Amino acid sequence: MLLISCPWCGEREETEFHYGGQAFVAYPADPESLSDEEWAQYVFFRDNPKGAFAERWVHSAGCRRWFNTVRDTVTNEFQS
Amino acid sequence: MSLRRSPLAGYPGITEIPFLTMVNVRVRPTGDAAARISERLGGPLPVVPNSVVDAGSRHILMLGPDEWLVVGPDGDTGLPDLLREPSASVVDVSANRTTIEVRSRDLLEHGCTLDLHPRAFHAGRCAQTMIARTQVILWQTSDEPVYRLLVRGSFATYLADWLSDATGSTSSTG
Amino acid sequence: MRLPEGGEIDRTKPLTFTLDGVEYSGFEGDTLASAMIANGVLQVAPSLYRHRPRGIFSAGIEEPNALVQVGPEPSLQATTVRLTDGLVARTLSGVGRLTPDSGQRRYDKRYTHTDVLVIGAGPAGRMAATTAAAGGARVMLVGLSYPSGNVRFRGSPQGIPPADGAAELRVLSGARAFGYYDSNYVLVAHQQTLWHVRARRVILATGAHEQPIVFENNDRPGIMLAGAVRKYITNYAVLPGRKAVVFTTNDSAYATVAALVQSGAEVTVVDSRPNPPDLAPQGVEVISGLITNTDGPERLTAVSTQDRRIECDLLAVSGGWQPAVHLFSQSRGTLRWNGQAFVPDTPAQANHVVGAANGTFDTRAALIEATEAGVEAAAAVGYPVPPPPLPAVREREITPASPVWLVPGDPRNQFVDLQRDATVADIRRAVGAGMRSPEHVKRYTTIGTGTDQGRTSNVPALGVIAAELGVTPGDLGTTTFRAPSVPVSFALMAGRDRGKLHDPIRTTPIHSWHVAHGAEFENVGHWKRPWFYPKPGEDMETAVLRECRAARTGVAMQDASTLGKIEVVGADAGEFLNRMYTNGFKKLPVGSARYGMMCKADGMVFDDGVTMRLADDRYYVTTTTGGAANVLDWFEEWSQTEWPELDVRFTSVTEQWSTIAVVGPQSRAVIGLVAPDLDVSNEAFPFMTFRETTLVNGIPARIARISFSGELAYEVNVSGWYGLAAWNAIHDEGKPYDITPYGTETMHVLRAEKGFPIVGQDTDGTVTPHDLGMSWIVSRQKDFVGKRSLRRPDTARPDRKHLVGLLPVDPAELLPEGAQMVASDAPLTPPVPMEGHVTSSYRSAVLERTFALALIKNGRHRIGETLLAPLGDRVIAATVTEPVFYDKEGARRDG
Ligand SMILES: [Zn+2]
Repeated sequence: MLLISCPWCGEREETEFHYGGQAFVAYPADPESLSDEEWAQYVFFRDNPKGAFAERWVHSAGCRRWFNTVRDTVTNEFQS
Repeated sequence: MSLRRSPLAGYPGITEIPFLTMVNVRVRPTGDAAARISERLGGPLPVVPNSVVDAGSRHILMLGPDEWLVVGPDGDTGLPDLLREPSASVVDVSANRTTIEVRSRDLLEHGCTLDLHPRAFHAGRCAQTMIARTQVILWQTSDEPVYRLLVRGSFATYLADWLSDATGSTSSTG
Repeated sequence: MRLPEGGEIDRTKPLTFTLDGVEYSGFEGDTLASAMIANGVLQVAPSLYRHRPRGIFSAGIEEPNALVQVGPEPSLQATTVRLTDGLVARTLSGVGRLTPDSGQRRYDKRYTHTDVLVIGAGPAGRMAATTAAAGGARVMLVGLSYPSGNVRFRGSPQGIPPADGAAELRVLSGARAFGYYDSNYVLVAHQQTLWHVRARRVILATGAHEQPIVFENNDRPGIMLAGAVRKYITNYAVLPGRKAVVFTTNDSAYATVAALVQSGAEVTVVDSRPNPPDLAPQGVEVISGLITNTDGPERLTAVSTQDRRIECDLLAVSGGWQPAVHLFSQSRGTLRWNGQAFVPDTPAQANHVVGAANGTFDTRAALIEATEAGVEAAAAVGYPVPPPPLPAVREREITPASPVWLVPGDPRNQFVDLQRDATVADIRRAVGAGMRSPEHVKRYTTIGTGTDQGRTSNVPALGVIAAELGVTPGDLGTTTFRAPSVPVSFALMAGRDRGKLHDPIRTTPIHSWHVAHGAEFENVGHWKRPWFYPKPGEDMETAVLRECRAARTGVAMQDASTLGKIEVVGADAGEFLNRMYTNGFKKLPVGSARYGMMCKADGMVFDDGVTMRLADDRYYVTTTTGGAANVLDWFEEWSQTEWPELDVRFTSVTEQWSTIAVVGPQSRAVIGLVAPDLDVSNEAFPFMTFRETTLVNGIPARIARISFSGELAYEVNVSGWYGLAAWNAIHDEGKPYDITPYGTETMHVLRAEKGFPIVGQDTDGTVTPHDLGMSWIVSRQKDFVGKRSLRRPDTARPDRKHLVGLLPVDPAELLPEGAQMVASDAPLTPPVPMEGHVTSSYRSAVLERTFALALIKNGRHRIGETLLAPLGDRVIAATVTEPVFYDKEGARRDG
């Protein structure tokens, strides 16, 4: 079980967090101007790299704050 | 019969501190609104996450970077209005949670994943975390130790059941 | 046989125990196995598949044969069960049987944190722990046994006392670490408690397991590991046999020889090495050679070498030592073959392996490793210590081992895995079938899959496979090590999370009233909600029809406190809600309420509920009972990660408010009595508005005109502290109108009669607002999350599944929820094209018939068509209708 560092609360057990998937996928400024393909990219497609991955977590059972971090998907080590 | 009823009224063997006044304050920590709130409380909003400062009969728990819980005694009914500010979210949550007092670290360690060793957690610290399968605000008020568990009213009976059950087994597995 | 003196047992404390119905005695300090041997009971239950006689084989967690059931717990190893007075055990063949009722036994869990966790309480583990703890670091030492007093070593009788500074050294004796997860998270079974240990550093001193040698008939009772024989003699003062043969490939078995000789046993040694030690001066014959076969009716009576037959009742075997790398390997550390065994190579977490677990078998070298690891760990966690003096331990000279993987013989009786009854013949069959990877051979032969996790079979199996393929075991690599590395019971993992503590039960402030008034309850999320309130003699159907009738013709009340509630505050609160909901909230007047619907980014309905505007910058949002936490998370996510510039903040107030719905044509009269200060006329208090007032008993309340039934209805919100008092007041004032409490089933029927969907029942994450026939709630003016998705080609298809009504042709037939609907002309032989499914189905008092809601392909364009629900033994025909069954004009809302 991962030990995850919340920027506000410090290290807490994984069970206190929810995973938020890939980081830095911004909500499009003008969704209506996007083609179906472009919108589908935003809604459905995410990276799944082996190695360093920037991702989002929320400390849902604690301070409810969202934060970004980088995790190595092979070793599960956080590098932020 | 009193019209007011706390979630654990009549629950045997549990120390409930009912009807504490609680106000959730969410405000930008550096702005004028925060300063005015501090002034009215007679003490600064704490800025160390998961720490507690006392302001007279009230206690201010820092829950997050822009969030505090102000806890006053039963009957501190003016507190929400005292803290009201145009650019702050001030919400009365007095009935949202009740408070259980626990005097055993060992007991909590049966269901709490936090490190409660005095080197890591002590009086003046608070944390939003899980005990068994429910969320609580865990707040250590004394190094004896004395802890307060602020639990949502709907989960209070579950937590009381769990604490009672765990109390029965701490002596044998301590 | 118990020796007259010696051992670490307490001879002043005799214990009695029962095995397979026979009573025996032992001493405090015995394991069940050592007490059995003391009573001459070496034989255990026959093997699982071949039913061959078997005996106690080891003295620890590697035991493959001596499985027992103790009370409710199956599959325990007699070699690790601590003897207690009155213990009742039964020997098992391979598998045990779970006892559903674990009786009065209590299981529990503990969470703990430590700076340094040391696993293994042998000399290296003890040395590492006392070293690491000397500077004040928090150290936890977990081991199978930990004799009290000083830390002692063979050859160093005075031992080392723990340092004065080690106030934070905690010892869990009789404990087994069995799982090693990410971030140094280790699970430890200690009696009835499961410890969850989080450590900053871990030192693994897990020792090594002696390996057997594969020869013909190597499975008889009386054949044991050499180290186990020594342990029984020195720790427990029991002698497993008087006439012993020791078969070894290495030096370590000579300690067993010495112990046997000292205990008065007659000993012959068979050593695989060409120049074995000469023990003639001690009166021990040492033969250079191999054991090829054994003999005996059941228990061993003789062994054969290439050219000799030796009478004996005990064969002590040592095929070398394999470090116990299970935990290291679980922690994702890599292994390396050193020519004799697999040893730890590169760690993947903050851990150190020391002593025999690291392949370091010399005691002095092991202690040096342990000391270094302790010093390093203490410094790493901020409590540095100077290196302590080493205890005086003799250095030994070692003659290299000569591993023997397989002695030629009949492969059908050369056992590789005693617990799985797998032989060399099985391995040959696997290899002959073309398998090369040990993972494949393991699955084919089941070698290593027993509860002993292959501690005495994995390496011999690799040796045999390698021999078959003409490679070395190092070329093959090991199979994967997985938790739990020792058997643990499900009851231990469940701990106290059983019965009413299995999952939280959430209750409202009015719960005690529901219980006192005989409500049947329904689980909604974690909530217990009244389902219906049967009167004496009523079944569910009768009770629900009565409750529905009351709501449609009189007045009824429901505890709706379980609704999720969120205060949304800030100058941009309206703008934020506009972006979240499909419809608009920015222009909602203060004092008014509006129903809203939310979608995820994919355009699928996510939650719904009514929102009131309390002030310009303050909204009170309600969510579905099950969706409250998800909606709050959803708001926080968008606010924090996408629109931090918006001034808006959220506070959950679900329990701050108790909510009571008062429903029916007579509800206005009841509310008039309950809230005497309130003008309840339709003009003064119109639909979808709310008022702040004081109830007849003095309680402050917020009353809204909201209806989920189509009837005139109110929602009374009071502080949770006053929920029960408000309920009682409404119930009292409603008595003249025969006010009827109703539960969730009636609520569901009433709303379904009006065609109001329930998110999560009539939707399943694949349904858009348009699919529900609710295009009116989708704003064309503003953007909201999910809007763009509603134009996607698939989402905009005109023939998607639509929410429609279904009226069974026979008005008495009730369609089961979940039933698949097929076209009336569909062939009823698979594959039958499915047209959709029933999402809600009820009997209606007001319609005097059954009815249902369903998601049907292209449903809105199939009104009037008859569909069939094939239900195995019968088929129900139903007609597709509009989803609104009652009061289509909405005439009843204002009373
Ligand atoms: Zn946090």
